[in-house]
Amino acid sequence: MMTTGSFWFQFASPARFYPLAGRMIPWFGCAAVLLSLVGLYIGFVVAPTDWQQGESYRIIFIHVPAAWMAMFIYLVMAFWSGLSLVMNTRLSAMMAQALAPTGAMFALISLWTGALWGRPTWGTYWVWDARLTSTLILLFLYLGFIALRASIDDPRRADRACALLALVGAVNVPIIYFSVQWWNTLHQGATISLTAAPKMAETMLTAMLLMTFAAWSYTIAAVLHRVRSIMLEREAHSDWVDALMAGGAGGRGGTGGQGGKESPAATTEAAAGGRGIASTTQSGVAR
Amino acid sequence: MQADLPPMSASSALVWACRRDLYLAARSRAELAVVRLFFLLDASLFPLSVSPDPTLLRAIAPGIAWVAALLATLLGLPRLFAADWADGTLEQILLAPAPLPALIAGKVLAHWLVTGLPLLLLAPLAGLQFGLAADAIGILVASLALGTPILSWLGATTAALTLGARGGASLLALLVLPLAVPVLIFGAGAVESFAAGIGAEAHLSLLGAGLILVWVFGPFAAALAVRIAHE
Repeated sequence: MMTTGSFWFQFASPARFYPLAGRMIPWFGCAAVLLSLVGLYIGFVVAPTDWQQGESYRIIFIHVPAAWMAMFIYLVMAFWSGLSLVMNTRLSAMMAQALAPTGAMFALISLWTGALWGRPTWGTYWVWDARLTSTLILLFLYLGFIALRASIDDPRRADRACALLALVGAVNVPIIYFSVQWWNTLHQGATISLTAAPKMAETMLTAMLLMTFAAWSYTIAAVLHRVRSIMLEREAHSDWVDALMAGGAGGRGGTGGQGGKESPAATTEAAAGGRGIASTTQSGVAR
Repeated sequence: MQADLPPMSASSALVWACRRDLYLAARSRAELAVVRLFFLLDASLFPLSVSPDPTLLRAIAPGIAWVAALLATLLGLPRLFAADWADGTLEQILLAPAPLPALIAGKVLAHWLVTGLPLLLLAPLAGLQFGLAADAIGILVASLALGTPILSWLGATTAALTLGARGGASLLALLVLPLAVPVLIFGAGAVESFAAGIGAEAHLSLLGAGLILVWVFGPFAAALAVRIAHE
């Protein structure tokens, strides 16, 4: 363990990771807000109207990043799950647990915005297109993960059961994707193709990329915030949480460098669960 | 005294577990008959709810047969581990001087023999009800023969994960059904593409590939799930 890996392994301990996550949340949170403001401005105002689809195409700036995130988060969740099964680390399982609701949210957003886009474009809210169907199944996989987590009382057992479920699901996701694609092509042929997209204007691509980075930043900030809450909840009887709750030095470490030094509100925030974003805004007001 | 026993080989462990579960199944025949009846009952609901039109029924028959098989498998899943878990037998199986994946494989094999295999025998009956041609019924039975063991393995792993969890059968359904989608697609697709004149080989080959895959990885995944349940 005393090799180069030891630097990273120290963050496998919730006590070490908690303050680190607290310092990262404001950065990613601000990045998410800024990127999505710029991305939405370019997407909704600057980008040209599509000659074929009119204004309705603009929903892709939300729809496509959401769909990408929904798929990507499942892979990340499976990665943390695999790590928690192999290395038996608590934090990896907590990360997987924290990722699931955000993944489910993005899957739901991509289905919802897809339906809203499909109505004016295809004339229907829902078709049994391969992509729609596999996203729907992905949503069910997320919900199954969350439901299994919620119905096992022992947190360590729930960790391992959910990890195995996520891995079985991850093996199955490509099979589901290709089977659904094949099923659809066999049944109704190429009625509507999402893949044959027209060449995109450069501003559209810029907006799309900005929104994708915004979705990434949001995911990181939200998941870190959630994992901090999970850590506090599950380690409630450990020494480091006691020290944190006692305020003072522990509280300062928890809320990060921005608010802790000048704001007297820092200790109460730490007691309330330590929200990094809240601490920066409050200290900004104080100044 | 237990330590003196020589460890059991994988094959004899499989045979032992399979025979034990078959004996137990033979003593609870009524319960199993209900699962089989459920398959026919389920299939009979569709003409009543959709339409008695023979051409329509013939078109949707493979899908109905597969959905009914999936639901009947789902109905039988809790009995795979739940009773053994409740009376502590599963814990003893875990401690036995025999490879756990082989013991689990024996249990799953027995489970398939009493719940999956009867579906193969009942499927022609359902096929006749829906007016399927004889060769299409043959493809349906072949697809069920390849596909239902995959369902048993997916179900065994998830059933072990939900041992002792709140939510019971509905939780199991939420976990199993999304994972079973490819089996459903390839199984029903085999019969439909045969009826369309494309031939069922591709679908059946994929089901066969899945069958090999679950028999290789299933025992280890299910054994891990059983271990997790006892932590």
